[in-house]
Amino acid sequence: MSETFVLDGQEIPFAPGQTIIQAASAAGVYIPRLCYHPEFKPHGSCKLCTVKVNGRHTASCTFKAAPGLQVESNTEDLNAERRTLVQMLFVEGNHFCPSCEKSGDCQLQATAYELGMMSPHFDHFFPDRPVDASHPELLLDFNRCILCSLCVRASRDVDKKNVFALAGRGIDSHLIVNAASGRLADTNVALEDKAVQVCPVGVILKKRQGFKVPIGQRTYDEVPISGHVPAPAALTEEI
Amino acid sequence: MSFDLETAEHPEKLRRVAIDPVSRVEGHGKVTLLLDDQNKVHQVRLHIVEFRGFERFIQGRPYWEVPVMVQRLCGICPVSHHLAAAKALDRVLGIKKLTPTAEKIRRLMHYGQMLQSHALHFFHLSSPDLLFGFDSDVARRNIVGVAGKYPEIAKKGVLLRKFGQEVIRHTAGKRVHGTGAIPGGVNKSLSRAERDELLQDIYQIVAWSREAVHLAMELHTSNPALYNSFGIFRSSMMSIVGNNGDLDFYHGSLRARDDNGGILFDGVDYQGYNDILEEEVKPWSYMKFPYIKSLGKERGWYKVGPLARVQNCNQIPTPLAEAERREFVDYAGGTPMHAPLAYHWTRMIELLHAAEVIKDLLHDDDILGAELMTEGVRQQEGVGVIEAPRGTLFHHYQVDENDLITMCNLIVSTTHNNQAMNEAVRHVARRYLHGKEITEGLLNHIEVAIRAFDPCLSCATHALGKMPLEVELVDVEGRPLDRLAKNGDGSFCASLAD
Repeated sequence: MSETFVLDGQEIPFAPGQTIIQAASAAGVYIPRLCYHPEFKPHGSCKLCTVKVNGRHTASCTFKAAPGLQVESNTEDLNAERRTLVQMLFVEGNHFCPSCEKSGDCQLQATAYELGMMSPHFDHFFPDRPVDASHPELLLDFNRCILCSLCVRASRDVDKKNVFALAGRGIDSHLIVNAASGRLADTNVALEDKAVQVCPVGVILKKRQGFKVPIGQRTYDEVPISGHVPAPAALTEEI
Repeated sequence: MSFDLETAEHPEKLRRVAIDPVSRVEGHGKVTLLLDDQNKVHQVRLHIVEFRGFERFIQGRPYWEVPVMVQRLCGICPVSHHLAAAKALDRVLGIKKLTPTAEKIRRLMHYGQMLQSHALHFFHLSSPDLLFGFDSDVARRNIVGVAGKYPEIAKKGVLLRKFGQEVIRHTAGKRVHGTGAIPGGVNKSLSRAERDELLQDIYQIVAWSREAVHLAMELHTSNPALYNSFGIFRSSMMSIVGNNGDLDFYHGSLRARDDNGGILFDGVDYQGYNDILEEEVKPWSYMKFPYIKSLGKERGWYKVGPLARVQNCNQIPTPLAEAERREFVDYAGGTPMHAPLAYHWTRMIELLHAAEVIKDLLHDDDILGAELMTEGVRQQEGVGVIEAPRGTLFHHYQVDENDLITMCNLIVSTTHNNQAMNEAVRHVARRYLHGKEITEGLLNHIEVAIRAFDPCLSCATHALGKMPLEVELVDVEGRPLDRLAKNGDGSFCASLAD
């Protein structure tokens, strides 16, 4: 019999070493997240998965489950805080869902819907971020980057290429590619790389594929993101 | 170059009356009149705040994003922009012919668009003027008033539009701003269930469309003194025509006729539109003034849209609409009809044609097919032209080797009609307002003339009937003398003197 903790009144079983979000996902319970991906080490940067553990805020992607923890997640207060975080992400970049080919498949958009975001609330930054279309098969649209670092982790840990990195600090943080020219065409990135597959928003895109999936058949058209809880890769994975 | 009543000689001595915004049209525009002490008209201008920089900010974006992005120009006829862009980008991909399924799905989407837009314009926007009179009680002169007095007409208008929107939804995924067309083809065909759902209603839609033609014809022919002369001016006409000179909204070559119906050019491949059309900029309007190069600025302007299309084609390739076209041509007496109010009659003939084409396409199994995309040899440039509800729509793009847009030029339907609408407005001002005390009813005459063209003034969505209207009289020093304002709910504010 595995041990359990309590999440929003529900007993959640966990295996030793599992984080709260891993155990919740295994039990089919959705906790909002953007930088967390079950196949990668947690980054703890987007803060969307913040829960209250015994009354204190913490990132559920890094906090290990323990017997008897009292965890709050799906509460009005926490969802309001998450909504504000998502609103800030929207205004920091240029997220124009109406003409974005990732619309319907985008985790940022789907999370905004999930959290009931009705407007950006804050003033838009409207940063000037030209796209990098130098690669013959891939497009990099920096306008939509949310700095989740999933491509950085995938390229480093899975592809072993270190094509992507985050440069700058604080509000000046931005995605760069590992080439003297700064152009994707001058890296050894390949279409089948994990880093290319893992972008949760519309930054790393296969060229000439946009809008080929009709409305109604996209990932989040019928089932909201909370219905797509990704199962943990390995229950006993070392964190 | 300036036309009669375009620019007054001594504007400083005249008072200015503005209709701002013009209501019951798509988007935002205003009319200014300069009058002297005897209310004689010296200058009339229709000003338009049109596109908001799409041609610029599309630059640097990947080409496959364009059909979805540019349709946001408009909430009324986004399908037209969507398809014109897709057609231009087909050419960039080196494709001249789509698969039968792709072409027919796009046609279905487009004719659904024509049906819904024409129904919206005639029933929601114009029928209040036509059924109640141009200077009738303003509180009743709207679609709610029509629904009260003529409930059957209003109901059919609403349902015709709804059906057109359903056709768009099934082909593009959404009623407004869908994603159906992609460069090289479409992303879906119809399922049998979708096709059958539309088939259930199409015969009723064809019948109601035919009644709509008869209503427009009856209104026109029962009052020829008004309908044949209101706002009239003579001009050339331009549109695309399909094979054998058929009326075709989706594809064809360019044809223009002079004001007597003589051919100015015909069979012109629109990829070379730059060789035959030029655009003039005037300092008082955001909208350009296109003209036929060979005729020059003064004589080269023309009109587009239903009145041009129905008279430019040799025939309409569906039987019911063709019979109505013949009726219209007979009424005009064998010479081109130039009366702006005849736009309504021809618009309803096109509505009927759209319904018939939809019916035929729904019986064609190609719309259920699986061959959606085709390929070609990549080019750097492409032009796409389509007959949008309001007239001929041009999209022109250049794309670099990295797949990014480097140049975009759009000439939209309402732009072609710019000079034509100004002429109609000046004619009405001369005839109805010259030397008279200005009233709301008289000002509405100006709006009636503009509405006949169904202009899309800024290609933006607005809440129907909520547009405020304000008329201000100012003296030569700019001090307000009098003011009449219509609120969003249709009520009027008293003048400043009260």
